[in-house]
Formats: sequence, C-alpha cells, structure tokens
Amino acid sequence: MTEHIDSIRTYALVLLALLVLTAVTTLVAFVDLGEFSVVVALAIAVCKMLLVALFFMHVRHSTKLTKLVLLGGLLWLVILLMLTLSDFTTRGWIGVPGR
Amino acid sequence: MASTLQEQFDTEAQQKDASTLGMWIFLITEVMFFGGMFTAYTVYRRAYSDAFAVASSSLNVTIGAINTAVLLVSSFTMVMAVRAAQLGQRRTLILFLVATLIFGGIFLGVKAYEWNEKFEQHHVPGPSFHLEGVPQQSHAQLFFSLYFAMTGLHALHMVIGVGIISWLIWLARQGRFTAEYNTPVDIAGLYWHFVDIIWIFLFPLLYLIDRHLPK
Repeated sequence: MTEHIDSIRTYALVLLALLVLTAVTTLVAFVDLGEFSVVVALAIAVCKMLLVALFFMHVRHSTKLTKLVLLGGLLWLVILLMLTLSDFTTRGWIGVPGR
Repeated sequence: MASTLQEQFDTEAQQKDASTLGMWIFLITEVMFFGGMFTAYTVYRRAYSDAFAVASSSLNVTIGAINTAVLLVSSFTMVMAVRAAQLGQRRTLILFLVATLIFGGIFLGVKAYEWNEKFEQHHVPGPSFHLEGVPQQSHAQLFFSLYFAMTGLHALHMVIGVGIISWLIWLARQGRFTAEYNTPVDIAGLYWHFVDIIWIFLFPLLYLIDRHLPK
C-alpha cells in the first residue's frame, strides 16, 4: 500500500503553529481594528482549519476524488451562507409598498 | 490472522479509499449541519451586534483560549495515534489514544465548569435571565441561545468521539489493528479532527467579538 507517513517533527510543527495562531487570534481581539476584527479572526480560523485538514486529516495525501468531494461540500456551505446573507443584507434597500 | 478484505473490494487500498471517502461525505453533511447554525449566528450577530458584543465579552476568554489549546493538543495526540497504527506500533497507539481521551475529557470538564458558571450568573436563556449593560435583554438571550446550542452540539460530538476512542482502545488492546489494517483508527481520527475544526471557528466567533470595545 502506498501510504504516506509523516514525521513526528511535521506534526509537532503543525501543533506549534496551531497554538501560536490561537494565541495570536486571542491577543489581536483586544486590539481595535474596527470592521477588520472579524476578518482577521476568520482569516486566522481558516488558516488553522487548513493546517488541521491538510496535515492532521491527511488531505494533502488523499485521492483526487476525496479532494473533489471536499471542495464540492464547501461549495454547498458557501451557497448556504451567500444566499441567506444576500437576502438579509439587502432587505431595506428598496422600499416595499404597504410596509 | 483472517483477511480484513471484504469481498466487494479488489484490494486493501481500494477498501481503505472507499472508507475514507465515505467518512468525508459524512463529515460534509456535518459541515452543512453546523453550517446552518453558523448562518443563524451570522444573521443575528449582524442584526443585534451591540447586544452580541456585550454578551460575548461576558464569556471567560482565558478559559476559552486554554480549552482551545487543550483540544488542539488532543488533535495532535490523535494524529500520533493514527501514525502509530500505520506503523503497527500497538503500545504507542494505545498510549496516544488514552492521551487523546484524557485531553478530550479535560475539554469537556472545562466546558461543564463554564456552563455551570452561566447558570450561577443567570446567563441561561429563560425567565431569570439577566445580563448587565444590555438594554434589550431578548437580544442577549438570543446570543446565549446560540452559545448553548452551538457549544452543546459540539460537546455532544465530543462525547461521541470519546466513546469511539474508548472503543478503539478496546480493539487495539485485542491486537485488532496492524500496519496493514488500521482503517477504524484513521476514520475516527478524521472525525476527531473535524470536531476540532468546528471549535476552531466557534472560539473566535463566540468568545472574541468586539473585545477591544471599552466596557
């Protein structure tokens, strides 16, 4: 079987990066970045997600089919968020007669 | 040892790929399940951002950050268990599975402590709910409803994960996993890391909203 086995060093470095990012996201929350607070927090969360998925969940060694299924799944999540928010953010842009 | 290859598969590798793909498809249904709650959270945070900021700041950020670290370490011990299984090291596998179980238990214990604190401070949605500094109590209740729903479902997933890992330890002790066959450990690892990823998003979204604002 062609199984990739990563070194302990790789996993330890990923853990270190995850812990550092946790500290960063906690500390940066106390800095006034205005609207960008959310952006920074989510950007760090996405980085952490990628580290866990690519290394701990072995996505970088997984089959093309698994990667495709994963991207397809994330696409549905984007549809869920985008369509719902496109409704809620645009309500009130135009007046509705009788309301 | 009897062959672990089921008759519908040609090779062990094909069998393992099928199991992995099946697990990922299950995890995607879980992404959509939690996605619904994250969407609800986003909609209400946008609508009641002031109340959400005050309510979020009432959570204990130190405990939240430490618990995040505990969960990340448990993911590390889980991936080390998977590695030990791939190398066919039974003793190391059991050791790391037990470590994962302990860290998972610590996370749940801290969570229970936090919830208990909410009950004592009347931060649980209901008739006796009260949060200082919020003009519209119902908006703050909405935050805590989402808080309990999201952390509660996450904790439920953790409890299931703890059960799965206990079962794996039992199987590993019987010597059921080898370098050639360790799919259950691998699949359980995917589940455990997925639950970790959910928390990676829950932590900043629930604990870190507008912390910089003066109280």
